[in-house]
This record gives sequence, structure tokens and C-alpha cells, in this order.
Amino acid sequence: MNLNLLLPEISLCVLAVVLIVIDLLLPQGRKSILGYIALVGLAFPAVFTLSLAGVQQVSFSGALVVDQVSVFFKLLFLIAAALVILSSFDYTRRLSILQGEYYALVLFATSGMMLMASTRELISIYIALEFTSITLYVLAASIRNDAKSSEAGLKYLLLGALSSGALLYGMALTFGLTGSTVLNDIASALAQRGISAAAVLGLVFIAAGFGFKIATVPFHMWAPDVYEGAPTPITAFLSVASKAAGFALVLRVFLTAFEPAEKTWLPLFMVLAAVTMTLGNFVAIRQTNIKRMLAYSSIAHAGYVLTGLAAATAGATSGMLVYLLAYTLTNLGAFIAIIAFSGQVGSDQIEDYNGLSRRAPVVSLGLAICLLSLAGVPPMAGFISKVYLFAAVFDAAAKNSGLYYLVVIALLNSAVSIFYYLRVVKAMYFGPAATEESLHTAFSLRVALSAAVAGVLIVGIYPTPVMQAASVAAQVLFH
Amino acid sequence: MLSLNHFLLLGAVLFSIGLYGALSRRNAVAILMCIELMFNAVNITLVAFARFLAPAATASQSLAPVSTVGQVFTIFVITVAAAEAAVGLAIVLAIYRTRRTISVEDVDLMKW
Repeated sequence: MNLNLLLPEISLCVLAVVLIVIDLLLPQGRKSILGYIALVGLAFPAVFTLSLAGVQQVSFSGALVVDQVSVFFKLLFLIAAALVILSSFDYTRRLSILQGEYYALVLFATSGMMLMASTRELISIYIALEFTSITLYVLAASIRNDAKSSEAGLKYLLLGALSSGALLYGMALTFGLTGSTVLNDIASALAQRGISAAAVLGLVFIAAGFGFKIATVPFHMWAPDVYEGAPTPITAFLSVASKAAGFALVLRVFLTAFEPAEKTWLPLFMVLAAVTMTLGNFVAIRQTNIKRMLAYSSIAHAGYVLTGLAAATAGATSGMLVYLLAYTLTNLGAFIAIIAFSGQVGSDQIEDYNGLSRRAPVVSLGLAICLLSLAGVPPMAGFISKVYLFAAVFDAAAKNSGLYYLVVIALLNSAVSIFYYLRVVKAMYFGPAATEESLHTAFSLRVALSAAVAGVLIVGIYPTPVMQAASVAAQVLFH
Repeated sequence: MLSLNHFLLLGAVLFSIGLYGALSRRNAVAILMCIELMFNAVNITLVAFARFLAPAATASQSLAPVSTVGQVFTIFVITVAAAEAAVGLAIVLAIYRTRRTISVEDVDLMKW
């Protein structure tokens, strides 16, 4: 037992509790300090996480594992949490959200995600997953007097609880068949005893539970409604951090525990990837609300990332990690720009974005860069990560020819997606503006947007360090 | 004599009933109750496995002998389900305050 390995999560939880206590002491009207404390406090878990880089250790009887993969994901979650907190300053004040609870819950959710990325034991996986989910349910419903926000919370909770029921049943079956909850022991038991029908059933139930978390078809129905109704910073958090945490679990469970059953799940994920990206992209075309559009776009991106799992090689896994990081920065940037606009215009409808480039040139440029990056246009991060991921999947096609078709489908889908991303850019730059009155954007939002856009461009132009970190991490999963 | 299969069958039937109820009920509280039923089906399955399976794989780094892991898992499931129900009922209350209904069919500001 080595508590040092748990320092990032412990410091996050301590920070959250400190926030709640300070919230009680602060007079009404001074609460906005809480956001700054939360943001600055993130430095502690960040330092602790960085100090764990390169460590390769298992602790707490196998329940906690610290390796390159978990450090990669933890840093990704911390970046996401920092940008979400920064973009919430203006938002929470405007919608009179209770700030102490809000920031504390964001921090708790972050520590839950960190635990998700660093465990390889079914009980801890379940606890970490529920820790994250329950805090996110509350956050989704945190605009208390807003009917849409409560509705988003209710839908997220009911469907989330349903899917965790399925996940648990799969875990129970897997435990019963293998006699262990530790992923490595499950793998050796499965390799020894062969893959029975019941093992496949357990695998499918577990895939369904994780599929909800990463919003793949057919468990994607919650995403558009929850994304539309939840507070926009939380939508951003859900669409990047929660999804990445889901992928961290999927990677560990399927590449470790179910590795002997590879022949069963490779075709499953191939089909899921193809259907998910196609449905996400085609339904996104029809959307008129930009938050709903990005919800379907995030479903499509989950499909792209899943192609890496369908290939199941070290190269494709490192592609998935790079893609998740690029997607995190890009999608956060897009949502921050949306927060800035909706704060001034009071609408999330795409038609209201007409002519916004003349009213808010800097934010429009930021949004345009992020949308083009999502579409996969060079020199942004979205382009290089797509190339890196799809090239790795293509390389794996030698042993599995179905992957050729998957890459072709993914490329066609990327082409389709350009259409709806460019529609927003076109509205901003060429649409007729309702008024010419220029919009003022809060300072915190401008900082957050610049940070995200800078990240998108840096990863897009100089991706080598990220790729190196990702490929070292991916090697860990393949020993 | 009751065997492992009887308990697994009971778990499977309960799980199916819960799933059917969760998908067909319209009242948010009833859906929450059906989901609890699913969790309890899982608990029965877990405890049955823990009781009937001899510690087969002498695991290299497992938490404890197999017989207790299943029961510990069950205790965690019960705890988490309680937390989930508390949050669920709180959200249902918030919905009721603004809307005066808890039927999921009427909670439709956004299309499902």
C-alpha cells in the first residue's frame, strides 16, 4: 500500500472539501473567488501527477495501477477540468448556479475519472465509474430553476443507472466464470478455460455499460438531450473528459481482461465503430441547435476512436490516445466559444450565428479554428490525429482485411462531417448579421479560448511529444 | 436441493423483469424502482457465485479469497445504489417543482 500513488486523487478531493468549507464562510456576492481557488488548486494534482510520470507500480492489492496510460489520461482530465472551471466563471455568475457545490463537484468528478484511468479491478472500476457518474448527474441538473437542466439530469440519471445495471450484470457473470475481479487474472482464467457462451454474454453486457459512457450507438440516445439541457461548461466536460475516461476503461478491460476473447469483440467493435460514426455524422447534418450538433459530432468522434480498438494493435492504441487528446482540446475550444456567444446572444441556434464574425471577430476565429480541427483540416490537431490513428488502423489491416473498409468508411465520414462544421463557419463569416453591435466577451472566456486554440495549433503543428508519450503509454497495455 | 443454477436463474429472471419495467414504465420513481430491481438481481448473482464457487484460481494479486470478493462487491453495489437513488429522487423533486409531473412522457422539452 503506497499512498503516494494516490496523491493526485487525494489532493483533488481535499481541494473539493476545502472549497465547500470556504463556501460556507464567504458572504453572498464574494463567491466568485471559489472559481479562482479551484483553478489555482488544480496545480497540486497536476504536480503530483507529473511526479508519477515514468512510475510503473501496482498497489492496493491490484486495485490501483499507476503507469504511463493512467498518467496520460490524468493529465488530459486535469487540462479539461482547468478549462471547464475557467469557462464557468462567467457562466455560473450569469445563471446563479451555487458556485461552491458546482466547483467542488467538478473536482470530485475529475478525481473519479482519474481513478477510472488507474484501476484494473472490477469492483474499483465500478466504484470509480459511479463516483464520476453520480457527480455528473448532479452537475447536469445544477441550474435548479431551469426545466431543461433538470430534464437533462433526469434523463442522464435514468439511462446511466440502467446502463450501470447492465454493466454490473456483465461483471457478475465474468466474476462467476473466472473467479476473480482482477483483470489480469480474468484474462488468464479465460485463456485457460476457453470462451463460453456465458463469457460472451458477460462481455457484451460490459461493452453495453461502457458504450453508454462513451456514447456509441445504440447507447447514444442520452447524449443530445443531456448535452442540450446541461450547463454548457458541463456539456463540454461530459463530451471530452467523461468520454475519455470511458475509453480508458474500455482500453484496460478489453485489451487486458478480454484479450483471450479478442476474436469475439474485434468484429463487434468494428461494426459499432462504423455504425456510430455514420449515424453521428448524418444526424448532425440536420441539427439546428449547435449544442445538439456537437453532441452528434461527439458521437461520430467516439466512432472514429473506436476504429483503434477494432484494430487492437499498439500503434492503433497510441493513435486513440493522441486522437482523444486532440479531440479534448478542440471540443473544449468549440464549447468555450459557444459559452461566450450564448452569454451575449442568449441563443444556441445556429441561425443566430449569422454574421457573428463582424460582431466578435476573435471568438469567431477561435470557433472556426476548432470546428475546422474537428473536421480534420490541416494544420490543426484534428488533422494530424486523424492521420495518425487511421494510418495505424490501416497498418493493422494486414491481419484483418475488414479494417480496410473501416478506414474507407471513416474517411468518407470525415468528408461528410466537413459539411456541417463548415455550415457554422459560413454562417459566422458570410451570413447577414441581425445587428452590427459588437459583443463583449468576458476576460476569463477569452483566456480559456486562447489556451484551447493554442493547444489545438501546437498539437497540430508539433505533435511529436504527444505521439511519443502516447506510444510509450500504448506499449504498457501490450507489455 | 438448491444449486447454483437456481440462483442464477432467479437473478436472470429478476434482471429481465427490472429491465422490462425500466423500459416500459412512465413514472420516473417507478423506473428508479425497476432499476433497483436490476441491481438486486446482480447482487443475488454475485452472492450465489461467491457462495458456490470454490476458490478456483489461486490469484496472483487478487483482493482476497474468491468467496468474499463476491460479497464485498455486493455490499458496494448496495451502497452505490443507495447514493444513486438519493440523487435520482432529488432530481425528480426538482422536476416536480418546475413541472408538477414526474411522468417521463411529459418531461419532453427536448425530444428524446
